[in-house]
Amino acid sequence: MAPIEDATDGIQKMIKLIINDQPYEVDVAPDTPLLWVVREQLGLTGTKFGCGIAQCGACTVHVGGNPTRSCVLPVSAVEGLAITTIEGLAGDDALHPLQQAWIDEQVPQCGYCQSGQLMSAAALLQSSPNPSDDEINRAMSGNVCRCGMYGRIRRAIKKVASNEVEIFDPKMETANG
Amino acid sequence: MGKWSRRGFISAGVIGGSALLIGVAIRPGNQNSILAPYVTSEGENLVSTWVKIDADNWVTAIVPHSEMGQGAQTALAQMLADELDADWQKVRFLEAPAEDGYANYPLIKGYVLNGTPIPSVLMGTADGVFQRVAKSMHMQVTGGSLSIRSTGLYGMRVGGAAARSMLMDAAATQWQVPVAELSTEMSHVVHQASGKRGTYAEFAAAAGELSPPTVPPLKSPDQFRIMGKSVPRHDIPAKVDGTARFGIDVNFEGMKYATIAAAPVFGATVDSYDAIKAMTMPGVIEVINLGTAIGVVAEGYWQAKQAMSQVNIKWTSTGNDAVETGALFEQFSQAIDNQEPKEDLSVGDAKAAMEGAAKVVEREYRVPYLAHACMEPMNATAQVENGQCKIWIGSQDPLRCKHHVAEALGLEPAAVEVSNHLMGGGFGRRALTDVAIQAAQLSQAAGVPIKLIWSREEDIQHDFYRPAVVSKFRAAVADSGEIQAWENTYVDKHEPVEAPHIPYAIDNQSIGFVDSPTHVPFGAWRSVDHSQHGFFTESFVDELAYEVKEDPYQFRRRLLAGNDRLLKVLDLAAEKGRWTAPLKIGQGRGIALQQSFGSIVAEVVEVTVLKGKVSVDRVTVAVDAGFAVSPDGLTAQMESGVIYGLTAALFGEVEITEGRVKQGNFDSYTMIRMNDAPEIDTHIINSHEHWGGAGEPGTPAVAPALTAAIFAATGTRVRQLPVKNYKFDVEILEEEGA
Repeated sequence: MAPIEDATDGIQKMIKLIINDQPYEVDVAPDTPLLWVVREQLGLTGTKFGCGIAQCGACTVHVGGNPTRSCVLPVSAVEGLAITTIEGLAGDDALHPLQQAWIDEQVPQCGYCQSGQLMSAAALLQSSPNPSDDEINRAMSGNVCRCGMYGRIRRAIKKVASNEVEIFDPKMETANG
Repeated sequence: MGKWSRRGFISAGVIGGSALLIGVAIRPGNQNSILAPYVTSEGENLVSTWVKIDADNWVTAIVPHSEMGQGAQTALAQMLADELDADWQKVRFLEAPAEDGYANYPLIKGYVLNGTPIPSVLMGTADGVFQRVAKSMHMQVTGGSLSIRSTGLYGMRVGGAAARSMLMDAAATQWQVPVAELSTEMSHVVHQASGKRGTYAEFAAAAGELSPPTVPPLKSPDQFRIMGKSVPRHDIPAKVDGTARFGIDVNFEGMKYATIAAAPVFGATVDSYDAIKAMTMPGVIEVINLGTAIGVVAEGYWQAKQAMSQVNIKWTSTGNDAVETGALFEQFSQAIDNQEPKEDLSVGDAKAAMEGAAKVVEREYRVPYLAHACMEPMNATAQVENGQCKIWIGSQDPLRCKHHVAEALGLEPAAVEVSNHLMGGGFGRRALTDVAIQAAQLSQAAGVPIKLIWSREEDIQHDFYRPAVVSKFRAAVADSGEIQAWENTYVDKHEPVEAPHIPYAIDNQSIGFVDSPTHVPFGAWRSVDHSQHGFFTESFVDELAYEVKEDPYQFRRRLLAGNDRLLKVLDLAAEKGRWTAPLKIGQGRGIALQQSFGSIVAEVVEVTVLKGKVSVDRVTVAVDAGFAVSPDGLTAQMESGVIYGLTAALFGEVEITEGRVKQGNFDSYTMIRMNDAPEIDTHIINSHEHWGGAGEPGTPAVAPALTAAIFAATGTRVRQLPVKNYKFDVEILEEEGA
């Protein structure tokens, strides 16, 4: 998507965002949660609204590589930081190994929570490439899956970890660089 | 499973337009000329109602069910493709449009006949009747675990077989050979004798001119190539990269956002409201009084939500403003004690057996109200303009949605178009049409297209709840351990009617119910009445086993003697669930069995209770659904049904206080998460008995198996869910009240 060009009304300051390596300028109140900016202003609807109070993880994005609940994150707090949404998780030519594992293990049912699950899992493997069950529990228990696919999610994470697939996320590179 | 390219598959789409469609086997006659304009594009030919074939020999199955994660669209396509002898690598599917012609006659048939197979000679006659019923009820519902066992069996398989038969007839005519000499394979017609081989596409146009056979021959299970295989679901790739489009993802130019606050006490209406402050807030366009709710329309959801908190609403008083959960349970309990029960099932003479019994065991069980809590909060987008209404929604019943919206707006049904989307969970909640009506009313009042999104609090507080229920039991027990009589009275009977029935051989049974209405709205919640009765009846069976000092598994075996199909499922669960393996201190195992939606499920739950905390370590599931069209799909539904039922049993509780719902979000309506989730081990039996459902049958047995396991571990019997309200002390090893 092309960056939004928007006329400023002169009262609110335009907020500069870097999402999936793309620069954007948005004209919104600074306390607007990032979730609603990516969904409504930028049309990136892969990030989901589930609870609005950081209890379910459906809205998880990466901010500077860290998994973050975007439903309670004021957009002004992430100005200039590298943000990755589910739309930016895959590389140019290939799925992220977790996305492929999610397909191979047939993880999603309704699928609504899975953007958030994948973003949490990707951040976990970035910090701990071969996580223990306890580490998986700690990293993934902020994400609710009402279809109850926790067993498959755990299996898919372990599959990627045990294959020692190198997790290379170009967005992360930007975030860290 | 093979690798998938990133966008190599077309996910389910919805075809638009309106058409009167009549499925094959409804009645003879070619309806394709009416149907074709709505479902075909250039180079495509419609062979029968459910099948189109394009020039590149791609087969498209048209499925009349929506997708909420249950995988039914892929499974239904499997059923059609197998009977068609299609090349699965070149099969895709479309969701049928919300039109009366697509009212789900096979589903009604499965529902009315309750899974009884129809003799093939009656097919033609029966179908005409059922189609009329389905149309008059405006039903296109996806629910009741009926997709495969009704639509699949009576619609998709027959549709695929009919199309295959028509393609062969067309080929026979063109090649001038007897049709008996033809065979089919991988989307080709083959004439062995001459070596001729042609794609289905070559004959699709000619086949589409033929009348579909009323009773085409179906394959026997040994001929299945695609049914019975765990094929990857078509909707999954779009669900891992953010491209899947749910109802909430609809976005178009000019669309505004709204949120809503409905009367907290069900049945109350807006008395007065003050929106002066809200109207001054940024982005706010309008505040609308819908009578039973106030809606705020704004440029964005966040702005609407912020402004809503500043609208001061005074609600009317209804007389229910002081209702509390505790009082409701008391009301139910007294209704059972004081009313004459309506008969549900009566076998033998339970009353007489009770009077002469050596011992009478009495128990009472209770379950609370439950919300569905779909991950995707309720939402609908509506555009009302020039007497036309367009709705974008994820619905389990788009056709009913169309009719209800038309009725609410005073429009003809033909003026309402419903564009159905993927659902972020359904579980029965999305078969209702309240949100679509609200969105349409807001759009009509505001004069702009509106996406209405409910907050999570609104979702929890304005659901149609799994009812709170009290169920009381008495059993007559002989000194020999024989159970001579079973008596059960409960409140609130809905569906399925057989939910409180037991499969156990007890000579005298009296099951009945009383009515005890409340102001709390109720609706179908995954597995419907089975969700509470599975807990009630199996808990009481478990308690009776302890009463007669028998192992609960062996006790059930004794009462199921001769019922081989059920015994096989129970035995498999016990074996795979390591029923006899030694347990450590604090550990316990429970077993339960429930037959629902045409399938039989037994579950063994293993728990550890340490320092008062219950951990569910393992759930073993044995399921006989007749035949597993997609074994992995059936397994996934069992896993999902177990977690859904376990969440409810451990934590689920919607309380009523001052007439309104107390819980509001996931901080107070607790969900199982990764750290609480047990290992689930599913085992499938293909008995080849009549095919059953998958979406719901995994849920009912888990609560009684869980509480039985907790009893085994702690000696505390949980008779009122949820488990979280109990304190457990592992030092109590004897049953209370025994």
